[in-house]
Parts: sequence; C-alpha cells; structure tokens
Amino acid sequence: MFDPRDVSITVNGQLHERRVDSRVHLADFLRKDLLLTGTHLGCEHGVCGACTVLVDGASVRSCLMLAVQADGRHVQTIEGVATKDAQLHPIQDALTRHHGLQCGYCTPGVVMTLLELDGDRAGRTLGEDEIRAALSGNLCRCTGYQGIVDAALELFGADVASQTNTKTRSQA
Amino acid sequence: MKAPPFTYHAPQSIADAVALMGSLDNARVLAGGQSLMAMLNLRVAGPDHLVDLGRIPELSGIAETEATISVGAMTTQRMVERSELIARHCPLLTDAIAHVGHQQTRNRGTIGGSICHLDPGAELPVVACALDAELIATGVSGTRQIAFRDFPEGYLTSQLQPDEILVRVDFPKVTGRTGSAFLEFNRRPADFAIVSVAVQITLDDGGSIARAAIAFGGIQSAPVRLAEAEALLVARVPDVQTWDLAAQCATVLDCDGDELYPADYRRDLCAVLLTRALRKALRRAGERSHV
Repeated sequence: MFDPRDVSITVNGQLHERRVDSRVHLADFLRKDLLLTGTHLGCEHGVCGACTVLVDGASVRSCLMLAVQADGRHVQTIEGVATKDAQLHPIQDALTRHHGLQCGYCTPGVVMTLLELDGDRAGRTLGEDEIRAALSGNLCRCTGYQGIVDAALELFGADVASQTNTKTRSQA
Repeated sequence: MKAPPFTYHAPQSIADAVALMGSLDNARVLAGGQSLMAMLNLRVAGPDHLVDLGRIPELSGIAETEATISVGAMTTQRMVERSELIARHCPLLTDAIAHVGHQQTRNRGTIGGSICHLDPGAELPVVACALDAELIATGVSGTRQIAFRDFPEGYLTSQLQPDEILVRVDFPKVTGRTGSAFLEFNRRPADFAIVSVAVQITLDDGGSIARAAIAFGGIQSAPVRLAEAEALLVARVPDVQTWDLAAQCATVLDCDGDELYPADYRRDLCAVLLTRALRKALRRAGERSHV
C-alpha cells in the first residue's frame, strides 16, 4: 500500500519538494530521498540518538518522526553544520581534538545535540552535570564519553583549569 | 524495522479529528510519536489509520485559571519543563518531567500522549494520579471530564472511547504550605522507572500535616495511590516516626514482578523512595510560607 503525500521541507536552508509514502520516517527521507547520509540510523526505535537532527531548532529523533510531519518545517542535519568553505564547526573541531569520536557512527547525533545545547545556553557557562544530562540521549560505544564531555566542557564550561588540562591531554 | 503501511490523516481542528476517529476503523491517534512511532517501527502496533494531532494548534498551550493549570494535550514535555507557570503552581510536574525520556524525546513527546499511552513505568501518569488531575476529552457525542483515578482500564489502556481524543489536562495549583517531590529508581537516568513515587504534602499553621497525596508508578499496570498512608499522615507532626509509619504501609503494596525486578524488590524500593520523597516534600513545604 502506497499512501503518497506531497511535502515541502527545508533542509540545511534548501527547500525540497517531494512525494513521500506517509510511513517513511524523517531519517529515511533524509538518507534515501535527499541522499543526506550523514544522519545515521542505529536502533530505529528512539533509544540510541544516532539519528538526532534539529527540527525548527529543536533536537529530535528523526526515526520517531514521519517525513510528512516535517512538512513546512526547517530541518538541520550534520551536513549543514560545517561552514561552506569546509571549515569544521567549533563543536566538530573540539570533538576531533579531544578524541570525542572513534568510529564516528554516533557523532552526527552528538554534534546536533551539542548544537542545540549551545543555542539553549545562550552564552551561559555549563557544568559537567548539565552537559552529561544533555548528552544522555546519545549512545556512544567507542569513547566512554569522556572525550565528548571534555570537548563540550572546553566549549561551554567555566572551569579554565580543566580546559587547560584537557587541552594538554589531547596534545599529549 | 520500518513502520507497516497505514493511511495518514492530519486534521486541522478538534472537530475534524473527532469525526475521523469516529468514522475510521482501527485508527490510532498520533501525538508526539515518541512511543507510538517506536511501536510502529517495531511492528508491535499496526493501525490502518494514523490521525496526527500535530496540526491542531488549539491542542497545545499552558493556561492558568484560579484553581488550576490547564495543559493542552499536545503541549510538548519540553514546554512543560520550561514553563515558569507550572514551576510556580505545579512544581511536582516540573520535578517529574526531568525524568521523562531525553531532551530529544521531550522536544516531541506530549503530556497527553504520555498520559493516554499509560506505560506502567511512565512518570506523567503518576503525577496525574497524585494530583487528582482532571482529563477533558472530546468525542462525537460531546465533551466530558474524567478524573484521572477513573482513567486507566488496564495495561496500556485508558477508558477513552475509539472516537474520543484527550483535549487537555487540568492540574490543581498548590496552595498554602505545600511541598512535593518526585523520585524514581532506574538503572540509567531517563529509563522507564522500576519504581517511581510522587508525593505532595500540605502543612497546617501548627506545622502538622493537613493533607498528603502519595502515588507510585512502575508497580502495577497503572499508577497506585497509597490511601492508607495518606490517611494516616493527616494531623500528625512530620517526623521520623511518622515517615516510618507511612513506609510500613508501602511494604504491603501489591506489586507486579518480573525476572529482573521481583515484587519484593519493588516493594522495598517503594518504602525507601517514599521515605526520601516525604522528607524532601516536607523540606520544600517548610520553605514555602505562602503562595
């Protein structure tokens, strides 16, 4: 059974008009219709966080949202994070320096979560607890999270001493 | 996996949604989708029709009346989490919402969706139970008000009729020297609760307990009030002996068990969490002289 619906979805600033089957979730729409395969699917039932994207600025599990539900909305994916001249976003740069990724499967979701956190904090410095709470919805099986938290602390944290430490550690 | 095929509907008004629900066979309401979408992807749900309430603006929002805070059924958990109105007048709800899923699911998940889904480990039904929330539902034959205590029918099942949708939930505002606490035990933060407890106590001018509400989640298919302990606490001075008496009531609760968490274990958790929650609620009641 095909239940076609016409959708207009703005992804990373570009408007896409497509006909989709109503049961297709947003992650599959991004990956298969738009060929934006940076959004990864881990569990496909809302547990792992690999498929996290921003919809109208808010982080969502794109496996738990139908593409038709994103009609008329603005979606940001990992492909829209780095600047056009291929400079890494500061979040991506910090994750790289702090060994915040290894296999990279969870990383797009982690970056999107941290991007939302950065917007929400509105310049306020964050403690490690707040950072860990925000990241609790993103599973990573490689890093043990320490490198991811270190990267976020460098960007959003207040403790200059710990930033110096993590920088030293990452350079060693 | 992928969701099985269905026909998708996106009504733009409550009347249209009710008309659809009243005329379609095997239709399900799609609220925030944070449980239903997973159930569809896992193919444990197979509706022929999905009626998405996400395009009905009147179902979303937080409003205040003299005695209640009214939360539209499609209000996201994130909006509730950030609402100063709710933090001021219904702090138990603010306390509990921090335990509901993750930021990414709270951005989509709704108050009404969670309360209607009635997962035994969910937090929001426990709050609705403790606070005697009133649910306003609309169906083909009109609108009715349902006390939360009458709402659950069984496992994952409410007494909403096939044509009815939940419109809003009314939570009573706290008054006087009232303190509340929501605690839960699970193996990882944001998991469903193995046991959760919601407590709200009001002190009289003399410092004795004027009113107590205690509800547990995770122990049976629907939230459970501990009426014996509530009655026992009234007119007593809140102290260690009083909390022990309340905790004693929890040790005889009828609890479901499974391989991982047997009934005895859950009963122990109920008593421990209740004592902690009562202490926390008392401290907060003391800090709150007048609203």
